[in-house]
Amino acid sequence: MAETSTLPAGRAVKLKLDRDGIVKRGFMALIGLYLFAALALPLYAMLSKSFVTYGFDLTRYEFQVSDESGTVWGDPVSAASLNDALGKFSDADLASSSDGRLAVTDLFPDFSFKSPVKYRLRSTTADAPYLVGLDLQRTTDWQEFDSNTFRRVNLRPVTTVGLQNYVEYFSNPALFSSIENSLFISVISTVLTVGLAFGFAYALNRSCIAFKGTFRLIAMMPILVPSLLPGIALIYLFGNQGFLKGLLMGQSIYGPLGIVIGSVFFTFPHALIIISTALSIADQRQYEAAESLRASSWRTFWTVTIPGARYGLISAAFVTFTLVITDFGLPKVIGGQYNVLAIDIYKQVIGQQNFEMGAVVSVVLLIPAVFAFIIDRQVQKKQVSLLSARSVPYQPKPNRRFDMLMFLWCLIVAFFIAGIIAVCQMAALVKFWPYDLSLSLKNYAFNRMDGGGWAAYWNSLQLAAMTAVAGTAIIFTGAYMVEKVDGFRAGRALFQFFAMLPMAIPGMVLGLAYIFFFNDPANPLNFLYGTMAILVISTVTHFYTVGHLTALTALKQIDAEFEPVASSLRQPFWRLFARVTVPVCLPAILDISIYMFVNAMTTVSAVVFLYSTHTALASVAVLNMDDAGDIAPAAAMGMMIFYTNAAARILHAFASRRILGRTQAWRAR
Amino acid sequence: MMNALTADAPRADAADPYLKIDSCWKAFGEFVALRDITLDIHKGEFVCFLGPSGCGKTTLLRAIAGLDPQTRGTIRQGGRDISALPASQRDYGIVFQSYALFPNLTVERNIAFGLENTGRPKAEIGARVAELLALVGLPEQGRKYPAQLSGGQQQRIALARAIAINPGLLLLDEPLSALDAKVRVHLRHEIKELQRKLGVTTIMVTHDQEEALSMADRIVVMNHGVIEQVGTPTEIYRDPATLFVADFIGETNKIESVFDKGAVRVGQAVLATGAKGLADGGAVTMAVRPEDILPLAAGHEARPAPNHLNVTVTSMEFLGSYWRTHLTSDSLGETPLVANFSMNAVRRLGIEPGAALTVELPAERVLAFARGA
Repeated sequence: MAETSTLPAGRAVKLKLDRDGIVKRGFMALIGLYLFAALALPLYAMLSKSFVTYGFDLTRYEFQVSDESGTVWGDPVSAASLNDALGKFSDADLASSSDGRLAVTDLFPDFSFKSPVKYRLRSTTADAPYLVGLDLQRTTDWQEFDSNTFRRVNLRPVTTVGLQNYVEYFSNPALFSSIENSLFISVISTVLTVGLAFGFAYALNRSCIAFKGTFRLIAMMPILVPSLLPGIALIYLFGNQGFLKGLLMGQSIYGPLGIVIGSVFFTFPHALIIISTALSIADQRQYEAAESLRASSWRTFWTVTIPGARYGLISAAFVTFTLVITDFGLPKVIGGQYNVLAIDIYKQVIGQQNFEMGAVVSVVLLIPAVFAFIIDRQVQKKQVSLLSARSVPYQPKPNRRFDMLMFLWCLIVAFFIAGIIAVCQMAALVKFWPYDLSLSLKNYAFNRMDGGGWAAYWNSLQLAAMTAVAGTAIIFTGAYMVEKVDGFRAGRALFQFFAMLPMAIPGMVLGLAYIFFFNDPANPLNFLYGTMAILVISTVTHFYTVGHLTALTALKQIDAEFEPVASSLRQPFWRLFARVTVPVCLPAILDISIYMFVNAMTTVSAVVFLYSTHTALASVAVLNMDDAGDIAPAAAMGMMIFYTNAAARILHAFASRRILGRTQAWRAR
Repeated sequence: MMNALTADAPRADAADPYLKIDSCWKAFGEFVALRDITLDIHKGEFVCFLGPSGCGKTTLLRAIAGLDPQTRGTIRQGGRDISALPASQRDYGIVFQSYALFPNLTVERNIAFGLENTGRPKAEIGARVAELLALVGLPEQGRKYPAQLSGGQQQRIALARAIAINPGLLLLDEPLSALDAKVRVHLRHEIKELQRKLGVTTIMVTHDQEEALSMADRIVVMNHGVIEQVGTPTEIYRDPATLFVADFIGETNKIESVFDKGAVRVGQAVLATGAKGLADGGAVTMAVRPEDILPLAAGHEARPAPNHLNVTVTSMEFLGSYWRTHLTSDSLGETPLVANFSMNAVRRLGIEPGAALTVELPAERVLAFARGA
């Protein structure tokens, strides 16, 4: 073989872009741009904000004072040396916020606005702003003022970029203790949830108990309600007027105890789904092998079951941990004086208007969330390879004692979950707890309470519907472009990164980032601030990743050869997309849309910073009514969300079956 | 190879090939998948790209299809430079191993997919679909979904869909590999018939030599990204250009030997060979196919003749139509030989394990290839 062995010099042949290629890249750029504007830029704005501090820099100003005649001038003297001489402002006094003002007359103890003395002021650097009345001055020229004008001169703070905010944060024991608190409740809740969910999943997959379907249904209910709803139920049960308060033996439900119980409630279904999937892929043959080797069931459990489910357990633990540490609603409702990171963000931003410190706490909260996300992704990758097409599914055998035990386990967990929902329902229907226990619908008369009234509910419904429709369209199209565009590798990798990122971003952080980005008057997208659109955008972005992964999984199962076939038939890709890809992926598309809908109904964390008076939301109304002491109406609104989501779920199941029956006849042989 | 025409291989003017691949290279990073491929394919020809997996045959097909363009070089189809054209602007139909039928569309809609959206009236499309269904022998299956058909039927539908738009070139990417053996043999014949009927220039990628030998007008044998040989099935089989081809197509005995004045020396044996152009005293590999080793009637042992070898039968396997016979020869030293003897010869000559006999290795069937090239 006498061929030349190296590639001749020259440029690589590149295919000309056809219309398909251009349109596909266009779509991907558009959705990429969306993710960039709705995710990357806000996060960047937030991050940079956390490094900004405001303070008055007196070294940047110089004064001259005249004598009584107003014609003879003294030597220029810097504001800093005036202050040193007077000892008027300490360093702490000179720290400020973005709209701080410092009256220059404070540096002249014998100032009188009636005196004929005149004053001159100049900035020694370009970045030394001051106000004359309301007019901002940025000049290094001397300006002369009579004393009457001079009293209306105020220095403005200058920004410094640095770690001061972080230093301040970490030296504030009250703030710092929130980290401990957050980690504490997250770890405890994670251990409890994963333990309970493992037992429950084990019962569903490895025992012969009755009512598995019912148990599974009950276990999924917490997904349909906002995370703060269990808090309201716990207040009714164990709060100051709770009828089971005695059970706590003097412990208060307001604080870590309440947060942990509520967290177990709302994270349970998430952990259950993951662990149940891990347990359901067991291979019968491994158990037969263990039995033939005469291993005890205890030994089999530890050498076969647990190793087989370990990735599921790790993944469930990280998901639970992230959900708890980033949750805001529950600690807000039942946390009492117990501060956690998510609450600190809220307090700093809404309570103290200290946006920079809010940004710092957000960054701190981002660290464990990103960390958990990265580990979870690594684990998930390994999980996939465990599945093999040749596995023989595990068939549990009846065992009376064991089944009894498992049934009891499920019964207790189901009782706990259903009980919480039932208590909320009861709270919503009882007239006046605990004095008048007769039933009425008066708690549903939301228009008579603060919090947005029925309008908030309709807003939520609108948000959920729009999020479901727009979100599903954006997510599925984006995933299609990532999966089915050929070439353009760097662009696709970048897109994929942006699509995965939202999972690592806590809702509070996203919401705050949106304030920084969209509320900036210089931003051309500023008009979105305070509209329903920004709520839709934030919600779509917040829940982007799970939908993206669902879509990718469905798309990967489609034959990769469809696109080449369609282009060889000279058909545009959108025809293939509409006629084949979308119909084949319809089950996944429906799953994404119901996921978006339910989450849009229940989410609090991102939208709590972004709603305006005319876009109040049901989930936020629950929070606000609870805050205002209207706990029963809060429970009633929470239940409205529950009914809606339950109805949506039923509708989804029904629609799925119908559409599958009609359009997916090809699935049946 | 220039005159390698079989009687029924239609070919247009040889000077003006339909598909002209010129100095094509393909690199994936550091890995070079195609090296300097130059190949002409004529109108109406059925050409097979044959080679082991990883030889570059699919890579070459994908370059022709515009799915994965070559890194260097040009491809011209029907006089048009298509080197940088996207798939949608080229002129071909393609059938994949996976069939790639759209699962949610009926067989009819699948076939009609490339016809719709082109301004053709509905009735015309319907008639064309019916015609194609009849052509592939599935006239009654139009309303079924692909999943309701067998693998062979699905592959015929995929074929019908590919030829629906009357492409100038038909590309078949291992179209039969996913089918079971019986269906495969049957469909082989059908595809070949269809291609002959339509006269469409066809390229089929396969790793199955039997498929290539039985279907192709010309075979392009590839290995490590290089074309080893281009020729008709008989040329490829009878006159392999390289040891790789000799070894890959059919079976062959390979024996290290030395070339000397029109003969190869193996041990004490000297065998005349038809191989030419080899340097005297050069190390060569001698190759002879098992079926070219002829058993001779008793009585030749004592009379040495050119290209006769006295051998001993060590073992025999019955393979239905012939006996696969393992032989050793004192003059060849350690090297064993494999020969295929017909049932008749075995019976007539009383060949059995342990028996001694004389075989002839005809000089024109003794091939030799320079070693280390």
